[in-house]
Amino acid sequence: MTILGIPILSWLIFFPLFGAVVLLFIDKEKVAALRVVTLIFSLIEFIISLPLFFAFDSTTAAMQFVEDYWWIQSYGVSYKLGIDGISLLLVLLTTFLTVLCILCSWRAITFRVKEYMISFLFLETGMIGALVALDLILFYVFWEVMLIPMYLLIGVWGDPKRRIYAAIKFFLFTMAGSVLMLVAILALYFINLKATGKATFDVLELYKLGIPIQTQYWLFGAFALAFAIKVPMFPFHTWLPDAHTEAPTAGSVILAGVLLKMGTYGFIRFAIPLFPNAAFDLLPLISALAIIGIIYGALVSMMQPDLKRLVAFSSVSHLGYVMLGMFAFNMQGVQGSIYQMLNHGISTGSLFLIVGMIYERRHTRMIADFGGLSKVMPIYAIFFMIVTLSSIGLPGTNGFVGEFLILLGAFQSNVVYGVLAATGVILGAAYMLWMFQRVMFGKITKPENEKLKDLNAREIVTLIPMVIMIFLMGIYPKLFFSKMDATVENFLKDFKGRVEMKADLPSPKMIAEIKK
Amino acid sequence: MFEYVWLIPLFPAIGFVLNGFLGRRLGKGFVSWVGPSAIGLSFLTAIFIFFELIGRPPAERHFEKVIFDWVVSGNFRTVIGYQIDPLSILMALVVTGVSFFIHIYSVGYMHDDPGYPRYFTYLNLFVFMMLNLILANNFLLMFVGWEGVGLCSYLLIGFWFEKDSASNAGKKAFVVNRVGDFGFILGMFLLFTSLGKHGIWTLDFTEVFANANKLDPATVTTITILLFIGACGKSAQIPLYVWLPDAMEGPTPVSSLIHAATMVTAGVYMVARCNVLYSMAPVSMAIVAIVGVATAIYTASIGFCQTDIKKVLAYSTISQLGYMFLGVGVGAYSAGIFHLMTHAFFKGLLFLGAGSVMHALSGELDMRKMGALRKKIPITFWTFFIATLAIAGIPGLSGFFSKDEILWQAFSSSHGHFLLWLVAAVAAGMTAFYMFRALFMTFFGQSRVDPHVAHHIHESPKIMTVPLMILAFLSIVGGYVGVPHVLGGANHVHEFLAPVVGGGAELGKAHAGISLLSQAWASSGEAGGHSAALELLMMVISVVIALIGIGIAYLFYIKNPALPKLLAERWRGLYRLVYNKYYVDELYEILFINSLKSLGTGLWRGFDDFVIDGTVNGIAYLIGWLSGSIRRVQTGLVQNYAFAMILGGVIIAGYYLIRGIFY
Repeated sequence: MTILGIPILSWLIFFPLFGAVVLLFIDKEKVAALRVVTLIFSLIEFIISLPLFFAFDSTTAAMQFVEDYWWIQSYGVSYKLGIDGISLLLVLLTTFLTVLCILCSWRAITFRVKEYMISFLFLETGMIGALVALDLILFYVFWEVMLIPMYLLIGVWGDPKRRIYAAIKFFLFTMAGSVLMLVAILALYFINLKATGKATFDVLELYKLGIPIQTQYWLFGAFALAFAIKVPMFPFHTWLPDAHTEAPTAGSVILAGVLLKMGTYGFIRFAIPLFPNAAFDLLPLISALAIIGIIYGALVSMMQPDLKRLVAFSSVSHLGYVMLGMFAFNMQGVQGSIYQMLNHGISTGSLFLIVGMIYERRHTRMIADFGGLSKVMPIYAIFFMIVTLSSIGLPGTNGFVGEFLILLGAFQSNVVYGVLAATGVILGAAYMLWMFQRVMFGKITKPENEKLKDLNAREIVTLIPMVIMIFLMGIYPKLFFSKMDATVENFLKDFKGRVEMKADLPSPKMIAEIKK
Repeated sequence: MFEYVWLIPLFPAIGFVLNGFLGRRLGKGFVSWVGPSAIGLSFLTAIFIFFELIGRPPAERHFEKVIFDWVVSGNFRTVIGYQIDPLSILMALVVTGVSFFIHIYSVGYMHDDPGYPRYFTYLNLFVFMMLNLILANNFLLMFVGWEGVGLCSYLLIGFWFEKDSASNAGKKAFVVNRVGDFGFILGMFLLFTSLGKHGIWTLDFTEVFANANKLDPATVTTITILLFIGACGKSAQIPLYVWLPDAMEGPTPVSSLIHAATMVTAGVYMVARCNVLYSMAPVSMAIVAIVGVATAIYTASIGFCQTDIKKVLAYSTISQLGYMFLGVGVGAYSAGIFHLMTHAFFKGLLFLGAGSVMHALSGELDMRKMGALRKKIPITFWTFFIATLAIAGIPGLSGFFSKDEILWQAFSSSHGHFLLWLVAAVAAGMTAFYMFRALFMTFFGQSRVDPHVAHHIHESPKIMTVPLMILAFLSIVGGYVGVPHVLGGANHVHEFLAPVVGGGAELGKAHAGISLLSQAWASSGEAGGHSAALELLMMVISVVIALIGIGIAYLFYIKNPALPKLLAERWRGLYRLVYNKYYVDELYEILFINSLKSLGTGLWRGFDDFVIDGTVNGIAYLIGWLSGSIRRVQTGLVQNYAFAMILGGVIIAGYYLIRGIFY
């Protein structure tokens, strides 16, 4: 299914790539042209993605806008794309955030602008591809494609002091996980080939496979590790503060906004539906790690002297909520979880934008170097406050809806989980408000801060869409929930059905007999 | 008119938007009009609706208006919807009315502040949030208002954000309130899931209360205790009261509006709103009553030694909130709400009076540097005096009626107890003492005013004194809507609220008993007259206790001003303990703040940096070292490679061989 006969998902994937190719032909000295062209491409990309939202049929859980062609037929590798209620919103988040990232890089990136913009568009292709791919190999390709430009963004345009360490750490952590995932993908392929005689990497086909529980544990483990590192879940999170701190602003925004979501999206699209029994059995482990992440992230965040590290640890805490909600396996938990993915993209993305804006002015991210900025930057203060409140999950903002539903879902599935995780509500307020106070309130103590300029028009334009989304998603969430209702219902029905059917799974003995 | 209930919160919302976006550009004149008139319109709407409501028979005084679906996920569904019933409209009247006068007062008080538009933006937002809290027809929207007012409180306490003490106080208020909200949110979860077990998936007030009987008592007890934790945060009760005294860092009209008259009473309102649940859980009611009365006497004692006039009033507010909780805790919901209303008048007035004193004395707060202001700022003095009489419980003023009803119910209600009454009565005497102490120190005796300040002491402008006078008027007459039957009056508050709070409580019985008794009293000399006599006796006792308190204050601060100092030196340890507020702030700092900070640092340095990154970097070094060693294997000699290949082949073959055997 396509819109007006246009294969829209392919367009979305390859249009940024086309943009990158166009950039190749622009003289690298013409910085302004490079910026404008990239902005136009990202804007058009966003506009192309918008019809998806309106043309999306929210009554069905089936994949939509599907494109399906053979890629390597002999091995069953296909070029299969499609979106459902889960990926729809994430795709929109990606195209939306990319525009803002280009805008916020306007002045921040002055060095190798051409390569930077090309990397960014390349990254967008990777992200969209990973979100719409329905073939495991195709997904894996896009998954790895994302890695390279992100590695470059950190390693080349990062903060000179530690960017190489951070970039390599990021690369190695992610690679370690994804290599295991590749092995698991191949194993899954062979298991399916043996069971059905059909060579395919189509996830929708592979969902139907009943895999012995022991094997499920191993395969789920491999997938889960790859995704858990990306999320990142405690204790695999230590690459994140380094990557965030060293990355340029736009890199942090897109990393927090979209790349981390690839981990959580991976769970909900691949790890859980492919291996539901293993996921169900490991629920206590994942939930425990998620809760530890919520509390641990908050406590460590509280003590960070560096703004970006503080926000990075707050991400660990927020993503803990996402994982907890997902593994509540009820409507509120899972929907809250998906919503929180979007929220985190918006609010943490905005936080990085905001931190980036003072970094550009002061070239420091240390909280101790600020104080009293509200006085000289009142407009900045308003935006910062709103975003902080969204991150805290104040009712009326997007953060509340997600956090509330997740906690409610967790509470319903296990009271103890709900209660423990809810302490994050207190800690979240503590570390965010303390940070805000130290940066914005009090008297200006550093003479450098006295002459700081308030936000300019471009910066305001970058932040306004975020603020609109914060309130829209907080006040009228139905607009977005209605898109994912059917998909999530189906996801849960499917999941529960298969968990209940656990007894029917072939045991290793049976398999041995079949072999003979 | 009912259909237009949404207008009540809408006007302040419009005020918020206009002031927020245009206030700075269009200037003070614009803001001074928009701010108060937004609240005024909302007040008018509430009045219209109120009259329409009382035009209906009591059983039909309920109306709900759903605006739109809010959070809908599976069987969880909440709406943005408002409800009108006697309780919500009474609260709305109090809130919009008092807010209106305080907004007007603020026009004068804040006039020279550079943050003037910002001030009114926040203030309008506050009223909007407060009205959502009150008018909500479900728990979740109530929670929106609940946290929303907390936000405004945070913003307004820290209004002068350049002062560290102010921004600290704001943060403290928010975080302590979040501790309470943690309880509130868990209470909602438990309520939702336990009703869900019976197939009722709702957080809607009407549906919840209609189906509350399906819940088992233990669950209801847990739910109500959790909700009460929320109330303790918002309404500053033990152990979460610590934020309110610090909240005095905000502009004084804010202290008056948010931290005395309206927001802090939200907890009392919530308990009254959930009376159906509380009445099912005697244990929770006992907890509410005991926490209330303990807070009342404990903070009254702190009030003894405070020298900052706003701090005295702050502790007094906490103490009075304790009374309200005592009231609702013994099932006298309407008495609690009645006291909430009269307290809004007189405590709002006291704070505005303190603001007027500050205005006269160039911002002085220390009562040791005041004195003899009676003649210099007469309007402020007289209105402050009236409010002090009202809070002290002098017969004829509003505080007397409402406080006395709580005291009587604490004694006579089926949930009441003699000890509750006793403690509350003693606390009433203490209230009278410290309030008159404040009055005497401020307005009587010798002037201790700084000479630099003394020569331009002046009465506040009309825009400030008129609200004072209106509130003083209300502080006098506000009580006459709830005159006890024994005094031959008619308790209109009671009757009006009965459809909401009457059914739930066993109070109904007690109430019927009282009116029966008062009839008996009226016919005099009959058997029941004994109890009515008792009620009168109790009333007399509480008045006597109050008079004793006033007498001691007179003795200490007028007759013999050297006496307090003497006593303080005599009982030095005790004095320092009370003066330092029993060191609770310091204790909390050590227990919670410092320990969490150390934990955070410990986890970061110890676990993140040392354990995880240590492992990761360790592996990296290990690989580096290994590859350095392995490099030596690449000798370049063909026979070595051949050996390695054979070895590898043997291992692989061996593996399959073994596998084949064991499978």
